[in-house]
Amino acid sequence: MVPLSWYLILSAILFCLGVFGFLLKRNIITIFMSIELMLNAVNLSFVAFANYWNSHPHKLASGADVVPLSGHVFVFFVMVVAAAEAAVGLAIIISVFRTRETLNVDQVNLLKL
Amino acid sequence: MDTTTFIIVAVIKIALVVFIMLTGVAYTTWLERKLVGRIQNRWGPTRVGPFGLLQPLADGIKFILKEDMIPDNVHKGLFILAPMLALTMSLISIAVIPFGETITVAGKTTALQISGITHSGGGISDINIGLLIILGVTSIGVYGVALAGWSSNSKYSLLGSLRASAQMISYELALGLSLVGILLLSGTLSLREIVGAQSGTWVLAGQNTHIPHWFIFPQIIGFFIYLLAAFAETNRIPFDLPEAETELVAGYHTEYSSMKFAMFFMAEYVNMFTVACLASLLFFGGWHGPHIASAPALVQSLLPVLWFALKVFFFIFLYIWIRGTLPRFRYDQLMAFGWKFLLPLAIANIIVTSLIVAWRG
Amino acid sequence: MIIHQVLFIVFGIICVAGAVNLLAQRHPINSALSLVVVMASLALIYLLLGAEFVAAIQIIVYAGAIMVLFVFVIMLLNAGEEERTRGSRIALLIGVPGVVVLAGTVGWLLVHSGGQLGSVSISSSNFGETHSIARLLFKDFLLPFEITSVLILIAIMGAVVLGKREG
Repeated sequence: MVPLSWYLILSAILFCLGVFGFLLKRNIITIFMSIELMLNAVNLSFVAFANYWNSHPHKLASGADVVPLSGHVFVFFVMVVAAAEAAVGLAIIISVFRTRETLNVDQVNLLKL
Repeated sequence: MDTTTFIIVAVIKIALVVFIMLTGVAYTTWLERKLVGRIQNRWGPTRVGPFGLLQPLADGIKFILKEDMIPDNVHKGLFILAPMLALTMSLISIAVIPFGETITVAGKTTALQISGITHSGGGISDINIGLLIILGVTSIGVYGVALAGWSSNSKYSLLGSLRASAQMISYELALGLSLVGILLLSGTLSLREIVGAQSGTWVLAGQNTHIPHWFIFPQIIGFFIYLLAAFAETNRIPFDLPEAETELVAGYHTEYSSMKFAMFFMAEYVNMFTVACLASLLFFGGWHGPHIASAPALVQSLLPVLWFALKVFFFIFLYIWIRGTLPRFRYDQLMAFGWKFLLPLAIANIIVTSLIVAWRG
Repeated sequence: MIIHQVLFIVFGIICVAGAVNLLAQRHPINSALSLVVVMASLALIYLLLGAEFVAAIQIIVYAGAIMVLFVFVIMLLNAGEEERTRGSRIALLIGVPGVVVLAGTVGWLLVHSGGQLGSVSISSSNFGETHSIARLLFKDFLLPFEITSVLILIAIMGAVVLGKREG
């Protein structure tokens, strides 16, 4: 029996590390990977709460039941969106690399080439 | 059974399966050299032992005794990690493959599957997501190839590994989609239950045809898509451009020698075994075959394993036969085939299968 | 059960170690491989939470496809180690205290009122089964499901157009 707060603390630690990476790192690809880390942290929260609502049934203010498995379904959607974002984002990174010849964000700070 | 017995039985099963698997891999290399030799009208290995049967032993000793070179400018950690990753992932997929029903030794009944658990009531549970685990492990296997080429710091290796990884991830799609037809017919992702859904015979319009209820009959297109995609996943001819000697020296394992090369080699053959096992489980009814009611209990529980082994042997033979017969695809033909032919065909297979399943109610 | 807590702590430590390694490494390929380790340990934690389907698709989609894409791009662009530039100093000055405050606030909240939340357990019932998720996905969440397929189509077209060379 692991307390729910442990899972949430792990999720918070991962999210904060993701924000750290997003702010500190200078390589575009590493920044993008920190975004993926943040998305994973959020997924962990969803799945932890799905398990929690399964063993502690809860009613919403409108009287409807919370569907525990909707947490898993939401994680599915987050993964789909992350996949789509990764594909387009990496295509953008490749085009930026083709023109600027660098992957350092500090050197991609002028609209003119 | 209690925990200690369970752990001991599991360790024995793992040791036995891995030993049989690796011996099988060694003798598959012998079979391949013999068969390809015969197809090319020559003898194959004949010197070492009768019919060259000790050739794999000689190869093994050669691999162990060879000098293990690590070139200078390689990324050392990834160079050593890549073959271990490839071999580990190949062996993990054996854990969910069922070989038969149960076997009773010295009063303890256990399922003929590393991840199978018997209940006291007589049922066997399996992992609910067995098929997904095999697909997931195949996806991680791509890393072994990609990292091997990149860490070798050589242009042949890098090109070979990029081509091999692109090929593997492209054909993974067709592989996964071709299995959806099976899932529609059986309604479960657990390998043992899929085999269970193939017991009995087909009943058409009230008449019992005496054809076994194997999924190859309704899913013949799915079977061919699966076979082609699996050939491409395991980098075998006609899809073996990434490791063709005449094209890229040796592709992603150019810089590897002795044990690490042997690990890549073994990983490729274990992947072949996994593909053959899956094809027999999903399309050919797994371990279903004629029963002999008058045999002792131990033989009766091992007889399904024999039928399963025969079906797997047929697929290995098919692999080697195709290797000896067909030329290889060019890279752009390979990618066009996977994306423009196999993928739409697999989707069409899913649409037709789901329409028929929905119509029959 | 004590084994549940031990497993969670082991996988949690591997997860956090991987995430810290992602930040600490200078070469992007090492960061990418650390992220794969994070995702694999998260899949194991999902198994501890009874979410078997989500764990399987985490391995297949995230660790097996998205991260392979990242590794591909890093290998193709031959990205070297990153250099420290002037902009990163400012980010350090503002970013580090900000994140520390965020982490501290969330952590204090969770530890302080964590006792009011209950605990999770490895449920022996068929909780995260594929059947149930499929039922939800194709009945209650059908519209978002169809919209995500359009989203993937748009992403494919975008990636193909962006990846084309000029002329």
